[in-house]
This record gives sequence, structure tokens and C-alpha cells, in this order.
Amino acid sequence: MPEVIVEKVHKSFGALEVLKGVSLSVGRGEVFALIGRSGSGKSTLLRCMNGLEKINSGHVEIAGHTLGGDAKALRSLRTDVGIVFQSYNLFPHLTVGENIMLAPRIVKGIAKAETQKIAREVLQLVGLLEKFDSYPDQLSGGQQQRVAIARSLAMRPKVMLFDEVTSALDPELTEEVLTVMETLARDGMTMILVTHEMAFARRVATKTIFMHKGTIWEEGPSKELFANPQTQELRQFVKSDVK
Amino acid sequence: MSYTFQFGVLAQYQDEILNGIWLTIKLSVLSILLGSAAGVVLASIRSVKGGAARFLVDAYVEIIRNTPFLVQLFIVYFGLPGVGLRVGADTAALIGMTINLAAYSTEIIRAGIEAVHKSQIEAGEALGFTRFQIYRHVIIVPAIAKVYPALCSQFVLMMLASSICSAISTHELAASAAFVESQTYRSFEVYIVVTLIYLALALALRACLALVGMWLFGRRVARRTMTSLPEVQA
Amino acid sequence: MTLRTFGFNEFGFLLQALQWTIVLTVIALIGGGLLGFAVALARTSRTKAVRIAAGTYIQVIQGIPVLMILFLSYYGLSLAGLELPPLIASGASMTIYASGYLAEIWRGCIQAVPKQQWEASESLAMTRLQQYRYVILPQAVRISLPPTVGFAVQVVKNTSITSIIGFVELARAGQLINNATFQPFRVFIAVAVLYFVVCYPLSQLSRWLERRLHAGSNR
Repeated sequence: MPEVIVEKVHKSFGALEVLKGVSLSVGRGEVFALIGRSGSGKSTLLRCMNGLEKINSGHVEIAGHTLGGDAKALRSLRTDVGIVFQSYNLFPHLTVGENIMLAPRIVKGIAKAETQKIAREVLQLVGLLEKFDSYPDQLSGGQQQRVAIARSLAMRPKVMLFDEVTSALDPELTEEVLTVMETLARDGMTMILVTHEMAFARRVATKTIFMHKGTIWEEGPSKELFANPQTQELRQFVKSDVK
Repeated sequence: MSYTFQFGVLAQYQDEILNGIWLTIKLSVLSILLGSAAGVVLASIRSVKGGAARFLVDAYVEIIRNTPFLVQLFIVYFGLPGVGLRVGADTAALIGMTINLAAYSTEIIRAGIEAVHKSQIEAGEALGFTRFQIYRHVIIVPAIAKVYPALCSQFVLMMLASSICSAISTHELAASAAFVESQTYRSFEVYIVVTLIYLALALALRACLALVGMWLFGRRVARRTMTSLPEVQA
Repeated sequence: MTLRTFGFNEFGFLLQALQWTIVLTVIALIGGGLLGFAVALARTSRTKAVRIAAGTYIQVIQGIPVLMILFLSYYGLSLAGLELPPLIASGASMTIYASGYLAEIWRGCIQAVPKQQWEASESLAMTRLQQYRYVILPQAVRISLPPTVGFAVQVVKNTSITSIIGFVELARAGQLINNATFQPFRVFIAVAVLYFVVCYPLSQLSRWLERRLHAGSNR
């Protein structure tokens, strides 16, 4: 039974149709990479999966939840689906520890002492335990992004979505974030990531999907897809990335 | 509560109300013209670094902005005769409004001038502009265009505040309302009607200012003028 | 009748009246703050009708003179059969006046919190209420301090308008003393100085907070 099922999803912003009937299915523990030019619809597809964007038609099942219920159902879905953004979006008025403990405490009702334990554990995982009492603006971009990942993990999600999480980072900071993500993948987390890091997709993703003009243009096991692109568009895309 | 509204009795005081509206408009338009002109001059004086002039302008702006308009009116109307200057209620109102608006305009335009980038002045110098040309084309006109919506909000606030002039017996719209009220005892009706007239005047003034803005600075400034609510100037 | 002159006792009377100015300001800021906060939330509501209603309220309050709010509350409340002391009518009208402006100031502050903060907290499965309480408002409050203190100056000054319905605050006290002493220039300058002494520090505080906000971090 797949952890994520997307069926014939359509999404328009006004007159502009950004997703033109997209379907995919992700098994438990799989890592999917979504690649493509900007405007190809990959980020929108990801944001549809946790209801940040409302789909116009189609069907999404994720972590045992079906998209399209009431607000309560959507919140229940979101406790099982974590998302990390390009711009980190940490809460600037809270310390690293408070950022992580907030949602488990107020959303899941976990006792404060227990949330503290969880926070230490996830911070350990991303290698930032010593930053527990720091504020976000005292951290580098890479560190902030690792905290954002830890914040999502503290909710014990079944699926993690990553939306271009390294695009705002310098190359040397990108690496530390990718390392954390690779660890997660190895530990069996189901992950879908929108990324520009082709080498990372090739190495870590079980499957890569190339999106073009709002549709899945080409897909396949990552190594095969990159080694042997079938379409003109993907060949061009991969070539332009090498430069 | 069994109160019957009777708006009908107000009809016979139409001329009284119209006269009040007319004086409110006259006072507002004149004080806007004089006050904003003074604001441009004072903000320009102030933009020259150092010196007593700058200190005096700052002191003037701070004193006016940190005391009530009503008290300023009292000083002009009741106080000036004590030092040998007697003015009528309408003139006192115009003086009070102009003095008040000049201070706020100065402050708003000053902020606009300070927002002009140094690089633009240097560009003006590089193009061989004279100092006056730079001041006019690179500093003051862009500065005013930038703060025009904020200025207009202040103008609308001034028009509304002109109602306070009724306290020194200036016979503008609020005073007309008080007069009709004293004649008819229909207080609530009178003040509802007059409040709606003020609301209409505020909308009309804003629309006129947007048109002036379009003529002076173009469409974009005009749109901002129409949509921005009165900003609070501390 | 012998005319009094403006001396020590008269100045004491002004100081006493200044206390009422401050009381009225505090009433307006608390009452107007509560009402304005509700309107600001309504202004950022997800329901369009609620947003429009709140926007109309703000537009109307900001489009009419404070004096008219005062008269309407004064006569409106007495119409409801309530024989009211001027303090209540003044407090009510200052509250309504302040609410219309604070609502707009605070709406701006709420909307100044980046959209991504909403998305991040929403994605952590918070309810709308939790988003406001734990994520959005703490950040909005910081942004709101300078303009709110700045607006307090406006409230202090505009309480003078309540003198017109006979509430004895600082401006009215000045008139009363002037009627007895007939030294208008001296009396009203003294009144102006007292207002200045209250307002100027608040204005400076607002500026200082503004500078600190722009210079400082997001905490």
C-alpha cells in the first residue's frame, strides 16, 4: 500500500493551469525527487499534497489521510505530513528549542518535559543540540534550515515534503542540509523533494520525476533517468544543469 | 426606548447648513494651499544641515505636533488680542489650521526628502545640473510625489478637525449643526445628518486630491492616494 | 468682582485637570484597544463579509470628525434614556475614535508578518487561533509598538475636544481659569506647555522604538 497517491490532479491559478492531470504513487520509505524548470508546476504539486494549495480536481491520499475533508481533517493530515520550505520560516521570536517544542505541545498536547526530550533528540539528529537556546537570527542559513527540518520531525511525520530547501543557501551550507536529508532517507523516511540538486537526486532519490508544462514529462528510477533521458526536454534540462 | 426620528424639521435649515459647508470647504482649501506651501518651504530650509534655522523649524514642528489643535486655536483667538493682535473667528480659524497643517506637512515632506538617495543627487551633478535644478527636479518633486498620499491623509484629517473651530465661534459646519440643534432640539437627527455630510466631504476631498495627484504626478500616485487611509502622524 | 491672576493655585488646578486628561486617555486606549483589536482581527478574517464590515467601520470612523463622534455618543446615549456624566460620554466617544484608528494600525502590523509564517504554522497543524496566539500576534505586537505609542499622542491631544461638552480636563480647565483671570495668552500657553510635557516624551519614545525596530533583530 503506497504512502502517497496522487491521481489526476488539476490546479489552476486564475486562467493559468499549472497542473494538468498529474498522477504518481510513492511507496513507504521511498524518496521521490521532482525536477524541472521554474514554472513547471513541481512546487505547486508539492504544496497541494499537504493542502497549502487547494486542488481543482483529482484525488490525493497521503499518510493514510485523504485530502478534501474539513479543517479538522486537514490538521490531522498535517500532523503526519511535514514540510520544509526554501526560506526556512522559523518563528523569529522563539528560540530554536521553542520553535521545535511549540507544535508538539499545543497541537498534540504532549507534556512540556516530553517535548523537551523530543526537541533534544531531533536537534541531535540534525547536529545542532548546542543551539537549543539560540534564536534563529543567530544561526547561519544552513543551520536554520536544519532546525526547520528538526521542527518538522518533532511532529513524528510519516511523510516529509521538501520544497527547494537548499535553493537559498550558499554551496558550502547546502552540503550540511543535504547530509541531514540523506540520513533521513537512509532511516526509511518517505520523502518527496523538489530540488535543483541533480547530483543529490541521482544519488539519494529512488525515483526522479521530470515535470514540464504542468505534467509529468518523464519519470523513472533516478540513475536510469539521468543516464538515459528519453525526451528532448529532459536532455536539455540535464545538460543545462551541468554547465 | 420610544424615540421617533424626525428628519423633516431639518429641511427648513438647509441654507444654514449649506453656509456651514461652504465655510468648511473654504477654510480647508485655503489652509491646505497655505499649509502645504509653508511645509515645502520649511522642509527645504530644514534640509540644509546645521544652523539655527534648522533648529527653529524642528522646534516649531515639535511644538505644534505635541499640543492640541484646540489649544492652538485658543492661543490664536483669545491669546493674540492680549499681545495686541485682534483677529476675527474665521481668520483665527484659518491661521490656526494653517499653522497646524504647516507643521505636519513639514514633517511629512522632510521624511520624503530624506528618502531621496544620495546617488540620485550625484547623478544630477554628473549631468551638469545647477544646484537649484538638482533641488527642484531630483529632490523636492520626487520627495513630494513619494509622500503625496500621506500628505493627502493629513489634509483630510485637517478638514475633519476644522469642526473644532466651532469652539471659537467660527461658523463652519459643526457650528451650523449646533445652531440648528439649538433651534429644533432634534440633536440626534442633526448630528447624524451633519456627520454624514462630513463623511461625504472627506470622500470628495480625497477624490479631488487624487485627481490633483494624477495631474501632478501621474496615475500611480493617484491610486495610492485613493486607497490609503489616513495615516497617523505621531 | 475682582479678577484673579494666574498664579500658583491656578496652575495647581491645571495640574489636577491634567490628571483627567490622562484618565481619559487611558480609558480611550484600553477601551479603544479592546474594540480596535477585535476590528483588526475582523479586518484580517477569512470571511469576506466580515472583512468588509470591519473595513467600513474603519473608513467611517476615520472619515468623520472626532467632535461628531463625541456629539453622537453624548446625544445618542441620552436618547437611550441615560442621563450621563460627561466622563462616560467622553470615554465612550474617545473609545470609539481610538478603536477606528488602532484597528487600522494593528491590521497593518498583523499583515506585516510574512505570509510564510502563516504557512509554516499552518503546516504544523495549528488551528487559526493557535496561529494567531503563538506565531502571528507575538510578532505583530513588536511591530505595533512604535505606531501605537505615536497614536497615544493623538489621543492625549484629542481628549481636549471633550471640553466642548463640558468635561473638565486640561483644556476646559484652561478655559475656566481664563474666564476668571482674563489672561488668555498666559493661561493657554501654560495649558499648551502641560500638553507638550506629556506628549513630547511619548513622541520621542515612539521614534526610539521605531529606530530600535529597524536596527534590531526580529526578537
